Amino acid sequence: MKRKAVLRVNAKLLIPLILLFALYVQFHGDFGPGGGFQAGVIFGSGFILYAIIFGVEVARRVAPAWLVRIGLASGVLLYAGVGVVGMLLGSNYLDYSVLAHDPVHGQHLGILLIEFGVGLTVACSMITIFFIFAGQRPGGEGR
Amino acid sequence: MVFMAVTAFTLARLRNLFAVAMLSGVFSLLAAVVYVVMDAVDVAFTEAAVGAGIATVLMLGTLVLTTDVEKVHPKKPIAPLIVVTLTGAVLIYGTLDMPHYGDPNAPIHHHVAPRYIEKSGAEVGPPNIVTSVLASYRGYDTLGEVTVIFTAAAGVLVLLGRWRRAAAASNPHKTDDEPEARS
Repeated sequence: MKRKAVLRVNAKLLIPLILLFALYVQFHGDFGPGGGFQAGVIFGSGFILYAIIFGVEVARRVAPAWLVRIGLASGVLLYAGVGVVGMLLGSNYLDYSVLAHDPVHGQHLGILLIEFGVGLTVACSMITIFFIFAGQRPGGEGR
Repeated sequence: MVFMAVTAFTLARLRNLFAVAMLSGVFSLLAAVVYVVMDAVDVAFTEAAVGAGIATVLMLGTLVLTTDVEKVHPKKPIAPLIVVTLTGAVLIYGTLDMPHYGDPNAPIHHHVAPRYIEKSGAEVGPPNIVTSVLASYRGYDTLGEVTVIFTAAAGVLVLLGRWRRAAAASNPHKTDDEPEARS
């Protein structure tokens, strides 16, 4: 893939837009369609496109395995932790109304946080699975 | 839908697995279009990105490791065909009792949906009701889904990741002692 100029230029144009769109879907999910799952999947596929075009080794340097694994776990932890915080503040598990003074603001904050957790975990798991499959190859270098 | 049927038939007939991987991506993309037509844009996003993008890439990665031509079975499988046809017929018969798509009298529109539509703006806030249902009213379910995805990634990591490390460690030195094997 080192010499395919068309693919490289197109990927360089497209990947920032894909990642930006993923962030838009992530943080605009309250207002438009989308949410954590969609955003995580789009972010993950954008990153996988990068890995395919520029080689898995380069992509591994951008997102080392330990970073991806930490993201994988911390997404779930963030989600569950928001629930625990709600419980500590004297309400039911995963009830976000107590996170702020106004219940609606609390719900808003809680949804934002847990959607971020969802997106983090989904994106990191997609990247992890892809890296593992790509690393199985005897040569190791990208197509 | 017609395109989807044609793609599915071609998929079943093809022997070249590279073409099968590509066509299943096409199938996912068509499914995403159907979801958009049914106004489920969220699901369409996911289908397009996972089904047409990531799953195709993973299948191609698997093909690199294995081979790209399917093994031909000598005998014609009749019994599986009968089972599949019967199951399909029963499923289609079951859908005959379901309410039509978009029917306002369907039971699903009378259980909790009106309450979500009327009250979620005041109780939860976001204008996207799907988000408030998923993240707030059904928070437990979404937590479960995230845990499933986390478990899937962790499972792949444990199964394939350790195998790769063990192979890389044992190949140069030809040693057989693995600390994990005893536990």
